[in-house]
Amino acid sequence: MSTANDAANGAENLAVQLDNIEKRFPGVIANHDVNLRVHPGTIHAIVGENGAGKSTLMKVLYGMHEPEAGTITINGERQVLRSPGDAIAAGIGMVHQHFMLADNFTVLENIILGSEPGHRGVIDFAAARVRLQTIMASLNTDLDLDAPVSDLGVGERQRVEIMKVLFRGARILILDEPTAVLVPEEVDELFATLRHLVNDGATVIFISHKLDEVLQVSDEITVMRQGTTVAQTLPGEIDRSGLAELMVGSELPSPEGRTTTVGDTVRLRVRELSVHNQEGREVVSGANLEVRSREIVGIAGVEGNGQYELCTALMGLQTARGVVEVDGVDLSDAPTRRRHQAGMAYIPFDRQREGLMLNSSLWENTLLGRDDEPRFRQGPLINQAEAKASSREIIERFRVKTPDETTPAFALSGGNQQKLVVGRALVSDPAVLIAAHPTRGIDVGAQAAVWDEIRGARDSGLAVLLISADLEELIGLSDTIAVMFDGKITARLDPDRISPAELGSYMTGAYQGVNS
Amino acid sequence: MSQTRTRITLLDRVLTPSQSPRTQTMIATVGGSLFAVVLALAICAVMLAITGKNALDAYSTIIETGTDTNKLLETLRRATPLIFSATAVAVGFKMNLFNIGVEGQYLFAALIAAEAGSWVGLPAPLHVSYILIVAMIAGAAWASIAALLKAYKGIHEVISTIMLNYIALAVIQWLFESFFREEIEGNLNVKTSILPDSARIPDIVDGRLNGMFLVALLVVAVFWVLVYRSRFGFRLRASGHNAAAASTAGISARHMIIISMLISGAIAGLVAMQSVLGEAFAYGPSATPIQYGFAGITVALLGRNHPIGIVIAAILFGFLDSTSAALQLADVPNSIVKVMQAIIVLTVVIVNEATIRRLNVRTAEQARAKLETGGAS
Ligand SMILES: Nc1ncnc2c1ncn2[C@@H]1O[C@H](COP(=O)(O)OP(=O)(O)OP(=O)(O)O)[C@@H](O)[C@H]1O
Ligand SMILES: [Mg+2]
Repeated sequence: MSTANDAANGAENLAVQLDNIEKRFPGVIANHDVNLRVHPGTIHAIVGENGAGKSTLMKVLYGMHEPEAGTITINGERQVLRSPGDAIAAGIGMVHQHFMLADNFTVLENIILGSEPGHRGVIDFAAARVRLQTIMASLNTDLDLDAPVSDLGVGERQRVEIMKVLFRGARILILDEPTAVLVPEEVDELFATLRHLVNDGATVIFISHKLDEVLQVSDEITVMRQGTTVAQTLPGEIDRSGLAELMVGSELPSPEGRTTTVGDTVRLRVRELSVHNQEGREVVSGANLEVRSREIVGIAGVEGNGQYELCTALMGLQTARGVVEVDGVDLSDAPTRRRHQAGMAYIPFDRQREGLMLNSSLWENTLLGRDDEPRFRQGPLINQAEAKASSREIIERFRVKTPDETTPAFALSGGNQQKLVVGRALVSDPAVLIAAHPTRGIDVGAQAAVWDEIRGARDSGLAVLLISADLEELIGLSDTIAVMFDGKITARLDPDRISPAELGSYMTGAYQGVNS
Repeated sequence: MSQTRTRITLLDRVLTPSQSPRTQTMIATVGGSLFAVVLALAICAVMLAITGKNALDAYSTIIETGTDTNKLLETLRRATPLIFSATAVAVGFKMNLFNIGVEGQYLFAALIAAEAGSWVGLPAPLHVSYILIVAMIAGAAWASIAALLKAYKGIHEVISTIMLNYIALAVIQWLFESFFREEIEGNLNVKTSILPDSARIPDIVDGRLNGMFLVALLVVAVFWVLVYRSRFGFRLRASGHNAAAASTAGISARHMIIISMLISGAIAGLVAMQSVLGEAFAYGPSATPIQYGFAGITVALLGRNHPIGIVIAAILFGFLDSTSAALQLADVPNSIVKVMQAIIVLTVVIVNEATIRRLNVRTAEQARAKLETGGAS
C-alpha cells in the first residue's frame, strides 16, 4: 500500500470518500448506492434507523466486509480494503458497537494485542508503555495499564478500545454507537477526547441514535435510510425532528402521558441486599427497594456503581445476602429458573453476552428461558411449531427487521437484536421486569414503541425496575428514581421535580437524600 | 471490486433452487463425501505407485470387499463400537466438552459389566439388559470424576480425562489381576469368567453381524431426539453456544456439564459390549479391543457431531478396517493401509469444508435472486 499522500487529483480534499457502495447478505441488501464524504479534521455523525446499514457501511470501510460494488477513497487514494489489516495500514481504526476486548488480559496487553512492538518475537512492553503514556497525555486521560480489563467499567473499556485504535496509528477513527453505553458525564468526556483528536488533525466518524448529542458535537451529519445514504447536512441547518424525519421518512411519534396510577400491592420487595465481588469488596450495600404493581422504579447511576450486581443478584445469578420477594414469595435463595417461574423477567445489560445465542436461529433465541412454559412443551420435547409461532409474534409486535424466524441472531443489526431481547422478556406477561437499558441501541422511532410496550405492560399491573443511562428515558418513564452511588442507594427522587442536570449531580455523589 | 459472480460449479448443476436448503445441504454433503473418497483413492494410487505397489491390484481388492455381502456385514460389525464412541464424544461436544476419556470409560465399563454379568443368573433378555445397564452406569461413574472436577473445580476436561485414561488402565489391571481374573490351566488368553448363554447378544447374521448394531442405531436415534428435539437438548445446546446467556435464562452451566458428561460416559460404556456380549463373552486384556475411544473422536468430527453423519462416518471407518486384511494379502503392508485410511479421512474433511462454504455462498446468492425478483427488502 502506498503512503504517498497526494490528494491533488481530487476536486475536494476528503479524508474518506465512498462511492456507490453495495453490500448484500443472504436475504438482505444492507447497503446500496451509498455515498459518503468526510472532511479531514471533522467529527462526522452517521444516523439512521435500526438496520439502516450503518454498522455494515463502517465495516466495509474497516475492511471487514468486501463490498459487491463501489469504491473507497482515503485521503485521495483509491483503496481496496480486504481486511482490517489493510484498513489499519490506510490509517483507519474502528471501535465496534459490541466491544471486542479479551477480558482476562490487562489493559496494556489488550491495547498492544495484534501489533506488539518488539524484536524477534520478544514483546517490548517498556516501549509500548512509553508510547501509551504519550497517547494518554494527548487525550488528557489516565488509565491503569496493568488492570485486568474484566475490572473496568464500560466507559473505561471504551477508552481502552480508542487507545488500541490510536496505538495502531489510526488517523481516521470510526466509532459505532460509542455513547450508547455511557452516562451523560462520560459522554462529555468522550467528546472532549474526540475534539482533542480532531484538533490534532484526526478525523472521527461516529454512529449514534441520540439526536441531541449528534446535533451538539458533530461538524457534519450523514443520514442513512433502508441501506442507502439519503442526506448530508450540517447541525446548524437542521433540528431534531427534521433529522428524525429524514431517518424514518415520517414524523416522530410523540410519547403519551400515563393513564393509570401506581397500584397498592408490592410486587418486588428487596430488603438489605448486599453483594460482594470476587475480591470480597462490597459492591451492593444493604439495598432496600419496593416496586408496586403499575409502578416503574428507575435506578440512576454511573455504570459500575453496583447496578449490574444488583440486577444479577435479583435474578439469582450472583450470591447475595438479604431478602428478595416477588408477590410475597420469598426467593432469596431460589435459583434463577425458580425466579423466572415466579414471574420475574430480565432484560440484561449486554444483549450479546447475556442475552443471545448469536449462532442460533431467532426462534431458538426467543425460546431461551421460556421452554418451561406449557405452550412450548410436548412431554419432554419442544413444540417447535409453537416456538416458531411465538417468535414470529415477537418479530412482528416489536418490528424486528429480519427475513424470518430461522435467521441466525448474528445477522440482525444491533438495535434489532435488542428489540428481540426486549420482546422475549415482555411477551410472557411477567409480574416483575428488571429492565437494564431496554432501549440501548434502538433508534428514536422504535424507542418510542418500546416505551409504549413497557408502559402498556405497566398499566396492566407489571412492576418494573428500570436501569438506564439515558436520563430522559429514566425521568420520562419512572414513577420514582433511586440513585445508586458506590453500591448504596443514596437518594430517592421524584422524577417530576428533577432535571437531567440535577440528576447527573446526584449520580456523581455530589448530592444525596430526597428532593421533595 | 469484484462483480457479481456467475461461475457455474458442479454444485449448481446438481442443485436447483426448488430443493429446500436442507435437501441441498444433504445432497452436497453426500456428493462431496463420495467425491472426496474418489479423490483420496487417486492420491493413494500415486502413493502406492511410488512405493512400488500395484495400485490396480489394491483397488480391485477394495472393490471386491465392497461388493461382497459378507464383507459389508462385517463392515457394519466393525462400525458398531465406533458409533457408540463417536456418539459419546458428540454428546460432550454439544456442551463444548471434549471427552477424550471415552477410552478409559469404556474399558472400565467393560470390565465391571462383564464381571457383574457373571455374578447373576437371569432369563436372557433381562440378563442382557442388566449387563448393558451396568455398563452404562460404570461408564457414567468413571466419567463423573471428570464431570465433577470440571463443574466444581474448573479443571479442564481434556486434562482430567486424559489422566483418567491412564488411571483407568491401572485400576482395571489391578481389579482384574487381583479379583476378577479367571484361572484356566494352560490358557494364556486370560479373561473374566465366561458369560452364560443368557447373557449373550445373538448375531443377526451368523458370524458376521451382531445384534449390538441395532442397539447402536437405537442409541443414535435417541441421541438425535434428545439433542435436537427435547427441552433438555435445547438447554444443553444453549449452554454450549453461550453459557452466560444460558445461565441468565436460568440454565445452570454446572448442571449441564455434569449431565452431559454422565450421558457421554454412559454411552461410552456400551462401546465394548459387542465384544463382551457377542464375541468374547468376557472381559480380557487381549480379548477386549482398545483404541476405540480415540477413533471415536475422529468419527465424531468426520460426522460433524450429527447422528446421521456419525453413522456414515463409522461405516466408512468400518469399511476401511475390513479391507485391511484383504489388502495385506494383496501385498499392501498394513502401514500403507493406515496411511490410506488417514488420507481418506483428511480428504473427506477438506472437501466437506469446501462444499459447505460454497453452499453458503450459493444460499446467499439464491436469497439475493429471490429478493430481486420478489421486489422490496
Ligand atoms: N453478518 C450479517 N449477515 C446477514 N445479515 C446481516 C449481517 N450483518 C448485518 N446484516 C443485515 O444488514 C442490515 C443492516 O445491518 P446493520 O448492522 O448495518 O444496521 P445498523 O444500521 O447498524 O442498525 P443498528 O442501529 O440497529 O445497529 C440488517 O438488516 C441486518 O439484518
Ligand atoms: Mg449497528
